[in-house]
Amino acid sequence: MKHDTIVLDHGSGGLLSHELTEKIMLPAFDNDMLSRLDDSAVIESQKGRMAFSTDSFVVDPLFFPGGNIGDLAVNGTVNDIAMSGAVPLYLSAAMIIEEGFAIRDLETIVASMAAAARCAGVKIVAGDTKVVPRGAADKIFINTSGVGWIAQGVEISAALARAGDCVILSGTMADHGMTILNQREGLAFDADVKTDSAALNKMVARMLAAAPAGGLRVLRDPTRGGVATALNEIALASNVGICINESALLVRKPVAGLCELLGIDPLYAANEGKLIAIVDKDSADTVLAAIKQDPLGGDACIIGEAISDHPGRVVMETAIGGRRIVDMLTGGQLPRIC
Amino acid sequence: MEHTEQYRDGKLCAILAGQITSMCTEDMRIMEVCGTHTVSAFRHGIRNLLPRSLSLISGPGCPVCVTDQSELDAFIQLANMPDTILATFGDLMRVPATGSSLEKEKARGKDIRMVYSTMDALALARANPDRQVVFAGVGFETTSPTIAASILAAHAENLSNYSVYCAHKLLPPALEALMGLSGVEIHGFLLPGHVSVIIGGQAYASFFEKHQIPCVIAGFEPADMLMGIRELAEMISANTPGLENVYGRAVSRQGNLRAQQVADRVFETTDARWRGLGRIAESGLAIREEFAAFDAARRFSIDPRLAAAPAGCACGEVLTGRCLPPDCRLYATACTPADPVGPCMVSSEGTCAAHWKYNR
Repeated sequence: MKHDTIVLDHGSGGLLSHELTEKIMLPAFDNDMLSRLDDSAVIESQKGRMAFSTDSFVVDPLFFPGGNIGDLAVNGTVNDIAMSGAVPLYLSAAMIIEEGFAIRDLETIVASMAAAARCAGVKIVAGDTKVVPRGAADKIFINTSGVGWIAQGVEISAALARAGDCVILSGTMADHGMTILNQREGLAFDADVKTDSAALNKMVARMLAAAPAGGLRVLRDPTRGGVATALNEIALASNVGICINESALLVRKPVAGLCELLGIDPLYAANEGKLIAIVDKDSADTVLAAIKQDPLGGDACIIGEAISDHPGRVVMETAIGGRRIVDMLTGGQLPRIC
Repeated sequence: MEHTEQYRDGKLCAILAGQITSMCTEDMRIMEVCGTHTVSAFRHGIRNLLPRSLSLISGPGCPVCVTDQSELDAFIQLANMPDTILATFGDLMRVPATGSSLEKEKARGKDIRMVYSTMDALALARANPDRQVVFAGVGFETTSPTIAASILAAHAENLSNYSVYCAHKLLPPALEALMGLSGVEIHGFLLPGHVSVIIGGQAYASFFEKHQIPCVIAGFEPADMLMGIRELAEMISANTPGLENVYGRAVSRQGNLRAQQVADRVFETTDARWRGLGRIAESGLAIREEFAAFDAARRFSIDPRLAAAPAGCACGEVLTGRCLPPDCRLYATACTPADPVGPCMVSSEGTCAAHWKYNR
């Protein structure tokens, strides 16, 4: 590449656009469907129902401990597809880049996307790059969309929780949210925190293989708004109450320390590599064992249950034996001032 | 954090709660003055452990909540000045001023930056020499020393584009004002931990001498709070009022002298207006004449007109213990965290927000 920064011409559709695609995107994403460079990727149809999801990524900063916007964009859409019980297979990636963005950074991000896709076993088969004048976007925005197929008999939805079901969380809370917050605004406390960004489709595959028919009812990845908001969404959609146990919730020590320092409740901080599963009580141990076998699920545990009391509402037994409501997040969490 | 966990021990808390219950043979009304205590009580479910005859009443210790409407309006006015960056702590962003909020002004394109420390505001001033950076100074004795330190640093650097709009308040005069309000029935005060770290236990001595009401300084972990409540319940039931400190690991008798000196170097006491308490003599801080150049009110001739609190809003009554959030006719109807009318529904330490979040 002659340039070391992105110029408007890289998005013009002309020679520089072509060069960007040929030299950066194609070698990284490396698959036949993309390298044909037709106007759309052509995919053989699969049997059954298709899941289709899209997500845009505007994270700031772009690079943070444990990852960057690239792997986040791939894992985010892979996970959204996996949460409907589908096997994600193909993604598209569209980038809006601000004029002046360093090509070296773009290469790093694209390499992370490619690595994340390989790790998740999905292919990036369609893409687009636009360049906007300086100031019209903040460095780089990435949209990914994706499709996956749902095996016969798999029925997963936020509306399917029933009283008596167990609530499983696949690991610690707040790793991603606190990592980003720590990087932002130059806070950068010297804390051992890193994002948990990871693709969960292989974990879901293990769970589906282990669970008896109908045993796995709800899957959700607690991203923005955290575990608290995801549980509230499930309680509302299924019209059940949910009761969780504070002592069962895990937060890594440095993350917990940062939360305390900044006045952030880890229940509301974002995760990018965790899932909540609502499981029939009789299947709970089997599903939990399957999660724990996954490299990303070692810390999984049952954190509570769905109940018939107070439908639509989440409550928590606190560690000291009290009880409180766990509401949905309103507004952003703001650091305390005193 | 391991240190923190000791104070969240379920067995220890159950023992303390049992002791409180055995002492609480009559109705007891204890005011937790500080907003952080309010949130901690809800967050850890402490109220469920207490006997029904013991009421925890929230006090005027949420800095955003007691900020007067006219001061909130002044921040909006400052944010609207040309070539100005208004730096603020996050809590103020969504608090409704008259007809607007800093969040809304930011969406309209005003340059409002959320900072985590006054030193960040100072860094903004250094990085933007052609613009004025004004810090929205709210808070109690806990925050004022750091604000004073930023003014001293700006003074030392001859930084001509940094100033503070000072709406700082002092806690002990508010306690005094509370005792003079009619309709407030309080049997004991759980005094704030953070403020007391700075001002020290002795700062409450004259208040206690005058009113002979049980006062206990406590920390914010569940066991800290329960220990404080147990001391208060014991004093109330035995009718032996005292001024105690159960937060000895952080609060000394003298307080943090260094912080006091820094604050005293920059600020002098002045009368201040409080939401719910009105004008209280010598209850606020003003920037001394020597540092007038760093006083945004003087530099930009900001003299906010008196402004009425939002119609129907009972924040003033709530933060003086005269009513509970659900008693306000706007609570959960016209006023919710998503669309707040009064500050107590916005601030993370606001009593209405805490009720909504943890106790609906």
